Amino acid sequence: MPMTRDVLVSGIGLVSSLGEGIGAHLSLMEGGRAIQPVLETERFTPNVVHPLPALDWSAQIPKKGDQRQMETWQRLGVYAAGLALADAGISPDEQTRSGVDMIVAAGGGERDPAVDALVMQRLRGVDDRGPLLNEVLSSELRPTLFLAQLSNLMAGNISIVHKVTGSSRTFMGEEGAGISAVETAAARIAAGQSDVCLVGGAFSAERLDLLVNYELGGFLSPGDWRPVFSRGEPGALVPGSVGAFLVLESAEHAAARSAPGYARLDHVAGDRGPRDADALEKRIAGLIEASEAAQADLLVLSGATGLGALVAAERAALASAVPGAPLRAYGSLLGHAFEAHFLAGLALGAGLLSKGIMPAPFGGGGEEAAADFAPRAALVTGVGHARSEGVALLSAIGPGAQERSA
Amino acid sequence: MSADFDHLGRPVVAVTGLGLVTSLGQGVEDNWAALREGRSGIHSITRFSTQNLRTTIAGTVDFMKVEPWTGIDLSYALAESAGREALAMAGLSAGEIGGPLFLAAPPIELEWPARFALDAMDGSAREEAGYERLMEIARSHRSSATYDLTLFGGISERLADILGTRGLPVTLSTACASGASAIQLGVEAIRRGETSRCIAIGTDGSVGAEALIRFSLLSALSTQNDVPEKASKPFSKDRDGFVMAEGAGAVVLESLASARARGATVYGVLLGCGEKADDFHRTRSKPDGSPIIATIKAGLDDAGLSPSDIGYVNAHGTSTPENDRMEHLGLSAVFGEALAGTPVSSSKSMIGHTLTAAGAIEAVISLLAMRDGSLPPTINYEQADPAIALDTVPNKARNADVSATLSNSFGFGGQNVSLVLGREPRS
Repeated sequence: MPMTRDVLVSGIGLVSSLGEGIGAHLSLMEGGRAIQPVLETERFTPNVVHPLPALDWSAQIPKKGDQRQMETWQRLGVYAAGLALADAGISPDEQTRSGVDMIVAAGGGERDPAVDALVMQRLRGVDDRGPLLNEVLSSELRPTLFLAQLSNLMAGNISIVHKVTGSSRTFMGEEGAGISAVETAAARIAAGQSDVCLVGGAFSAERLDLLVNYELGGFLSPGDWRPVFSRGEPGALVPGSVGAFLVLESAEHAAARSAPGYARLDHVAGDRGPRDADALEKRIAGLIEASEAAQADLLVLSGATGLGALVAAERAALASAVPGAPLRAYGSLLGHAFEAHFLAGLALGAGLLSKGIMPAPFGGGGEEAAADFAPRAALVTGVGHARSEGVALLSAIGPGAQERSA
Repeated sequence: MSADFDHLGRPVVAVTGLGLVTSLGQGVEDNWAALREGRSGIHSITRFSTQNLRTTIAGTVDFMKVEPWTGIDLSYALAESAGREALAMAGLSAGEIGGPLFLAAPPIELEWPARFALDAMDGSAREEAGYERLMEIARSHRSSATYDLTLFGGISERLADILGTRGLPVTLSTACASGASAIQLGVEAIRRGETSRCIAIGTDGSVGAEALIRFSLLSALSTQNDVPEKASKPFSKDRDGFVMAEGAGAVVLESLASARARGATVYGVLLGCGEKADDFHRTRSKPDGSPIIATIKAGLDDAGLSPSDIGYVNAHGTSTPENDRMEHLGLSAVFGEALAGTPVSSSKSMIGHTLTAAGAIEAVISLLAMRDGSLPPTINYEQADPAIALDTVPNKARNADVSATLSNSFGFGGQNVSLVLGREPRS
């Protein structure tokens, strides 16, 4: 060490409102087709979210007992992780899986809304709440749900269900968790500290307890859905249900098991700091510069939230660094998925490069018009709603890519 | 200089600063003095009502006033205290660290007082309590201050500014192994040559009613409330669960070459890190102990040491019937006959189980034990468990010349990490 090895994306597990699997997402985008977002406009009115598609949980979580140990957020992560491992062709035998490392980007676990409502109801007007709170919680909470609440239990469930037991780390901290998860996994592989790593996260948008938080923070906007770049000032984010897992692998390891790989992950880095417009633009510009993204055949996948000031700073940095490169805000399609958001952008980027698909604009204002070339590189950004920025550069695997790097 | 690199050609990782806060006090030296005296920081809970609870004791940190208490704010305050102390000890001022922050922090959500306060506001047509009502109230009562209390990236954001760390901090949770995982991430970053310095902190200030009740419902907690300081009794026959506690531990990690170049004092080295996830059960270890065994072995292998090189084990030692038994099984399998001659004590007998912070706190204690040649005891060890034959350093600290220690951490969700620490770089 330090030794520097190529890092490949060799497996993708993506679930979003658009469907299940990277293949389903790519087939929607083939041939320059325009895509309509899938929205849930009734249940949380006047707010909208991107809902989960119908899933047969048993397809990736065979035991009903395991399914019962989790709520939707953890199940979604475990499901997407299973998709990624299967997609990478990593044999399910325990010997193989025990050599797979794991970094999960996780938010908070799930609460029992009925119990929370009961507690609030029963404690109204009570002066000394403590004793009654203790009594109600002690009798109403289900012990198993505590485990659904712990951030690291998504990883724990992945270990149990999919037998991934190399190393297991869970990163928290909203969008920054996803950025750091990919950065750490890639750095470990490049340096020879790991050969193959499952990295990902999930976000379940159909959770009223979380929507209350975002509403308190002023991040949700009532009314009609608009594409990310058309939400103006102050803008808003639309939560999206997403499970996004990648298998990252050293090129040697992938070659040894004849795994083709979707794309090469050339660079990933994150940063944080003051969020005034100038500082933010400068920081994003610095991250883009460090990625050494070149203009040629480049697709930019922006992880913008839809919050106006953040969008403006990011777009200014992109316009200066890679002017004219076709730009797509993947949040317009998937919604904003917090811990899983950056990972979802990488999943789409790697998938699009593998098939040379240039997606049509994801809708609405501000995305550069359809470009007529097949992308050979993808710059993926993530700009957290409260903090954390990240940039990754993917490049296509194949004759063209090899010529360029030679 | 070749000694700047280890047996695998990686940069040697030195510890140049330490920080500590527990219920025993604030600061490395106060804590260390108390630990050597065998004092307990466990006491009756005063932060919230314990009426109707089976467990009424904890190792809360009550002397750092965070008003009103929130788990986030106290976890931050503890981390800041330990982090500042570690930086000062390393002879660095904020901004001079020039490297990243790895923070182990508890997953904390909105607390009950915040929900009650919201429910009591007007702004909703519905009377019926629940998140539908809170949603309507939130629309007309936006509060970024309340929102900030729901963000897991908030603590590291504040710390990064105060301590002057570089880049995107990592906030991690591997349950009760978190503090050790934070150190492991730092060791790996230095070994990769990504940075020459970083700071790793484990913090937990999250002892509230709901958290206590949830662990209680899992039958994980001691209910021996009558004499709080006697409740945590790792490896004893009459142990009946762990005692929740709070605190923070911090280490400044630095490549040995960097530490030497600036003339920094080296308090010890991180010789190795081992890790292995368990796929058996969400709260229990695989009965054959294989993941624990693999974790300890991986730590020793990474350090290039064998069990006979280890002079002291700072055990995970929670005082739950299952954990202590499984840790003994794991140590027996790896150490074999060498275990009889290896002291194994649990700091949790005195400071309780600081959950997310424990691995970092115990790494600091391990380094102090080597620095001063003094092994902290396992207090309350009055009834030996015949099934757990260990030299637990019972009840009184012991002088010993130790050059390498093993510090174990095992957590819910199958999270296992072992750190191997050394007094000085291996020659």
